[in-house]
Amino acid sequence: MRRAPARDPLDALESRAIFILREAYAAFPRLAMLWSIGKDSTVMLHLARKAFLGRVPFPLIHIDTSFKIPEMIAYRDKLAREWKLRMIVGRNDAALKARKTFPDGAVDRLACCGLLKTQALKDVVSGEGARRVLNLRTGRYEPSRDKEPFTGIIAGIRADEEGTRSKERYFSPRGVAQRWELGEQPPEFWSLYKTDFAPGTHVRIHPLLDWREVDVWDYIRREKIPTVSLYYDQGTGKRYRSLGCYPCTFPVESTARNPAEIVAELRTGKLKDVAERSGRAQDADDGGTLESLRREGYM
Amino acid sequence: MDAKTAAARESLRVVVTGHVDHGKSTVVGRLLADTGALPKGKLERVRAYCERHGKPFEYAFLLDALKDEQAQGITIESSRIFFKSARRDYVLVDAPGHVEFIKNMISGATQASAALLVLDAKEGVQENSRRHGYLLSMLGARRIAVLVNKMDLVDWREDAFKRLAAEYGAFLERIGARAERFIPVSGLHGDNLAAPSARMPWYRGPTALAALDAFAPEPSLAARPFRMPVQGVYQFDGDARRVVAGTVESGTLAAGDEAVFYPSGKTGVVRSIEEFPRPPKGGRVFAGSATGFSLVQPVYVRRGEIAARRGEKPPAVAARFRARLVWLGRAPLSPRKDYVLKLGTARVGVRLESVARALDASSLKADRRATSVARHEVADCVLRTAGVIAFDPVEENAACGRFVIVDGFDVCGGGLIQEALPDASSLRHEKVLARNLKWQESAISPEKREARYGQKAALVLITGARGSRRKEAAKELEARLFAAGRHVYFLGIGSALYGVNADLRAAGDHVEDIRRVAEVAHILMDSGLVLIVSASELTEEDLVLFRSAIDPDRIETFWVGSPPAGLKGKVVAVPGKTGPAVAAMRKRLADRGFYP
Repeated sequence: MRRAPARDPLDALESRAIFILREAYAAFPRLAMLWSIGKDSTVMLHLARKAFLGRVPFPLIHIDTSFKIPEMIAYRDKLAREWKLRMIVGRNDAALKARKTFPDGAVDRLACCGLLKTQALKDVVSGEGARRVLNLRTGRYEPSRDKEPFTGIIAGIRADEEGTRSKERYFSPRGVAQRWELGEQPPEFWSLYKTDFAPGTHVRIHPLLDWREVDVWDYIRREKIPTVSLYYDQGTGKRYRSLGCYPCTFPVESTARNPAEIVAELRTGKLKDVAERSGRAQDADDGGTLESLRREGYM
Repeated sequence: MDAKTAAARESLRVVVTGHVDHGKSTVVGRLLADTGALPKGKLERVRAYCERHGKPFEYAFLLDALKDEQAQGITIESSRIFFKSARRDYVLVDAPGHVEFIKNMISGATQASAALLVLDAKEGVQENSRRHGYLLSMLGARRIAVLVNKMDLVDWREDAFKRLAAEYGAFLERIGARAERFIPVSGLHGDNLAAPSARMPWYRGPTALAALDAFAPEPSLAARPFRMPVQGVYQFDGDARRVVAGTVESGTLAAGDEAVFYPSGKTGVVRSIEEFPRPPKGGRVFAGSATGFSLVQPVYVRRGEIAARRGEKPPAVAARFRARLVWLGRAPLSPRKDYVLKLGTARVGVRLESVARALDASSLKADRRATSVARHEVADCVLRTAGVIAFDPVEENAACGRFVIVDGFDVCGGGLIQEALPDASSLRHEKVLARNLKWQESAISPEKREARYGQKAALVLITGARGSRRKEAAKELEARLFAAGRHVYFLGIGSALYGVNADLRAAGDHVEDIRRVAEVAHILMDSGLVLIVSASELTEEDLVLFRSAIDPDRIETFWVGSPPAGLKGKVVAVPGKTGPAVAAMRKRLADRGFYP
């Protein structure tokens, strides 16, 4: 018998995530993955390519608030064409048209997240809102004829991000109106997940639940996963640690220029004891947690 | 520190359990604070929050993130917390102690390989202290350290600690479990958590943190027989490979090995290990990898089978087994109801056959006359599945011996298989296994035949009460399908009984009769035919026999007239009159996609 090579904790995280993605693919005929263009969901996209031998057999949903940093959108469409991804973009056009946003001064941060992210996501998932799909030949977005609801949504949340996410399941049902009924979470025995769901409900699938921020960066370094340059210091002594909408996301003081330097900074450097989402203003506005937002359907 | 060496650190998952209010979250919160695992400003923020709301500060607030949890002062939902010692990285799962939330405690416990069990020094052993201990040892977290907490409330006395340690140690011994350590601690003051206590000089053992560090890591399963539950067989556009995908639970596999799939018994030689963007180093995979492989000759296997390796011990294949389970459903587990069992990647109908004893996991009061299993009870019982499945007894291979039971849309219980039990269908299945091990795959694949004939091979069983017009319906269905250009054949069960089974007439071996008819059906279906078989009054056992010889996805069973109560939901009822019966059957077959 040949000796097994020592398994790296990153290998274990990778294997579990791939297992979860494959279970989701087998269980949910109407499955999609949320891709925020950030580091976590891009790692998840890479894991999906690994799970399915280089193909991604389900569409990717991006919720465009219109306040994303432009480089993120360019990067999204470039990778989509390179990797032949089925892109679906959702947007709350009604709220944007009525200027019911925080940058317009009409609503507070939490309400803005609720409208531009949660509501837009719910509408794309249910099929009630417009879905724009990328035509890989022309590179343009076109309206989709598909109005069927999705029944499985893969999201790249991590338990170490904030309190309510630390209490999530790998397979987490969303009830009527897509609410997260925290008191009613099903038991999750070993890796035998909840894959049955009543009509009108869906299941959120969380392959990265056990990953820490440092694991994500270490994996990006190891696998050479392409990421948006906003995460790296370009000579200004600042970089983004977490990417969101520009009015509510602030860069941190850091001179890390690549994944390896970020790993070092998180392990032993200046960011060792600083929470990742400290640059996200909406968290502070929800009493330090995202509970209210997440119960309503936020990622 | 070099990024590479840090990444190679071990990681261990530990669940923290115990009775409500015995201080689990406080212990964990304090451990985080004392090991510097909290983000900057977190402690100050929680202190300020408590002051603003006029509440005394508690370390538990660091974990109880939900508004309901902070309002009620209890943990409702398990949370995952990350921290590290000098030795390794930890994921701590802080589980709730209230009996209402036992499902959340189980979710934490089944993900962990070690446990800290917290006891209140003043309140002593309580209902859920025992229940959690029982469930932990049953569900797999076998390395346990007991923290006797709130030592400050008993004036740091050694006799109080010793009495409690002896009482709880005796309980664990009764259930066949053992704690590696008993440690006197104070979550509130931090004694013996990260640092030794000056207030309990009589205790010379390790701190909680040192006890965690002393837990041995999970043993590797690479030396055990190869097992890979099949998650799917992928063939994507523009790629000729058919990849059998799954995660290796134990053992190792490489190109050239012969894979055997159970329960079908089909075999194939591994052409190569398939991974993206490139196969693993050395072309060999070991326990723990999420991987896939292609075969030299295409073999038609599907999700739910377990891949094993020829020459190693095969998994058990049976439709009846003895198991221990814990039930969480609001309605009891009843022998009169059909459920779904999930094991590995398989999914099959299941029924409770009998209960040997139902146990209150806290008082250990056993009911040997129980016929059903109530919420939060543990039971030793016999389960019967609707067709054979492959598994390992849990002592041999935990991952292939665990299951959950689904009632409707909900996972309502989980358990462990102790041993396979004999029954008619699994005995017959040995012959199916032998047949598949020797089966010569044709060079023409089923997909090619499907494309040529414009149909999927299928077995249409038409049954009904004696005197019903099932045979007429069967022949009429054959005629209609034939006229529509289908490749179809009607086999009256009598034609088989007096020919293929001539030697059995005297013996009257009904089970062997059915097995032979199923084998004939298997051959005809392999040739691509839609086969129609009529037989009077097929029973549930007969249907299990057919399903163990033939891919259940390829069988449709019709009952002409009104089926008996026991078969409701297992057969499709069609009208007694031939015309409407045939119309209903044709629609159903088309709906199931047997032909376009």
